[in-house]
Amino acid sequence: MSGSPIELSVPSDAKELPNVRDAVRGWTTAQGWDEHDIADLVLAVDEALTNVIRHGYGGAAGKPIELSLREVRDGAGRAGVEIVVRDYGRQVPLDRICGRDLDDLRPGGLGVHIIRNVMESAEYSHAKGGGMRLVMRKFPRPAPGAPAEGETKA
Amino acid sequence: MSHQLDIRASREAERSVVRLSGEIDLRTSPTLHARLLELVEARPKQLVIDLAGVSYVDSSGVGTLVDVKRQMEKRGGRVTLVGLQERVRSVLEITRLDTFFTIKASVDEAD
Repeated sequence: MSGSPIELSVPSDAKELPNVRDAVRGWTTAQGWDEHDIADLVLAVDEALTNVIRHGYGGAAGKPIELSLREVRDGAGRAGVEIVVRDYGRQVPLDRICGRDLDDLRPGGLGVHIIRNVMESAEYSHAKGGGMRLVMRKFPRPAPGAPAEGETKA
Repeated sequence: MSHQLDIRASREAERSVVRLSGEIDLRTSPTLHARLLELVEARPKQLVIDLAGVSYVDSSGVGTLVDVKRQMEKRGGRVTLVGLQERVRSVLEITRLDTFFTIKASVDEAD
């Protein structure tokens, strides 16, 4: 799993989402991710951009969103992906960004819950110069039958 | 893979069946929401939403389905989801809505 990082500038418009999903699917496929993980990564990026469009920019079109994907390694040397989503919209208090209480079945508010569920980590911060920065990381799921982390094959 | 969403509805006795094909995201969910609410207003006893042709759904699509189910129940009707592809089912499981919805394999089994 290796390859050049990609950086995309995306206007805040829901019409852009299919193109972004295609780009993420293409890059992660080339990186050798399996189908299930690719679907998770595509969904996480879609949810992150959807939140920026709806909440960061309040539905205003044509505002800038920067997206990047690059390979990273964890402490054990496992290769994974780091995805950064940066906008220049409203700065949401960090303690108010949390997954929705799933017992409260109102529409909306599901995006952060999904992101936190499908990614290994997802950290929001206030970007320098305004807007929000989201850094998400994911490492491949072990192949079926592979030893769990910390285990060795006999 | 089609990025559009095709919506085809039919009325069968006291139920409406709507067959969806394509992707449900922030771009397509407002149209879907509006169309499903039109069907709800016709007050069928059951609204069957066939997702067999849906390859992708995100939180905006899930939110639409939640709201439509609520609106149906307010009018004494019920919603049944059928034909879920694995990935669509997975999103419902992640959001723990797989038990909130009545889910059947196919339109024929939705009675």
